[in-house]
Amino acid sequence: MPQRYPWIALALAIGAGQAQADTIQVTIDKLVFSPAVVDAKVGDTIVWVNKDAFAHTATIKGGWEVMIPPKKSASLTLKTAETADYFCRFHPNMKGRLVVVSP
Amino acid sequence: MLIRSTATLAALFLFGAASQVQAADKPTDPEIAHIAYTAGVLDVEAAKQALKKSKNKEVIDFAKDMVRDHEAVNVQALDLVKKLKVTPEDNATSKALTKAAAEERAKLAKLKGAAFDKAYVDNEVAYHKQVNGALETLLIPSASNAELKGLLETGLKIFQGHEQHAEHVAGMLK
Repeated sequence: MPQRYPWIALALAIGAGQAQADTIQVTIDKLVFSPAVVDAKVGDTIVWVNKDAFAHTATIKGGWEVMIPPKKSASLTLKTAETADYFCRFHPNMKGRLVVVSP
Repeated sequence: MLIRSTATLAALFLFGAASQVQAADKPTDPEIAHIAYTAGVLDVEAAKQALKKSKNKEVIDFAKDMVRDHEAVNVQALDLVKKLKVTPEDNATSKALTKAAAEERAKLAKLKGAAFDKAYVDNEVAYHKQVNGALETLLIPSASNAELKGLLETGLKIFQGHEQHAEHVAGMLK
């Protein structure tokens, strides 16, 4: 029914408005990303809170890198739906994963 | 290679010392604190030599990381020994490490350019491997104070990270 379409469009628009972007915290303590695996959606922001006295990075091989200074935080807003394994470039034994879906 | 031989010699000292202490008595907490602190200082000294001599960005960045991390670990170590009222005690293992590092520095001082870079990074891989071995098999199991043990465990994670980082840089220099 043609006259229903505007309602659907409106409903979708409201729905999209309700898919609010979240801020998700990942703590770094004694060279461990916690939680190690984060489920998120495009538009969410990841905040890495570094409790260590050491600088770390969250690095995707061949992709983005976030520098996380000692005792500081750093954030990244997710733009792509992807499953991304990241690591710390300074301490490659530190590993984490982001599972990012479309909202 | 000569580089390897120094590291191996130091490893022999360490593990030689290790087998002796296990046969006799384990290192004490003051000795362990001294060994851990010394291992960090020696890596900072090696890095400072690299910062003076190297022109390679990867090597310079790596050396800067070593200085930053090991100085941070040692600040924590000093804070802890103060808190615990422990005076770090010099010992055979610390002396062996210091002697081997001095020999390595003298050898690296004679090298230039790519030869220096390769020798420095290869030695960093070997050195971190050796210290990790000592931490895992001797220092952590021997530490009696829980906070000291905890700091050594964090130190081991840092050193394992450095070992992988050094291996990555070594791979890039090939």
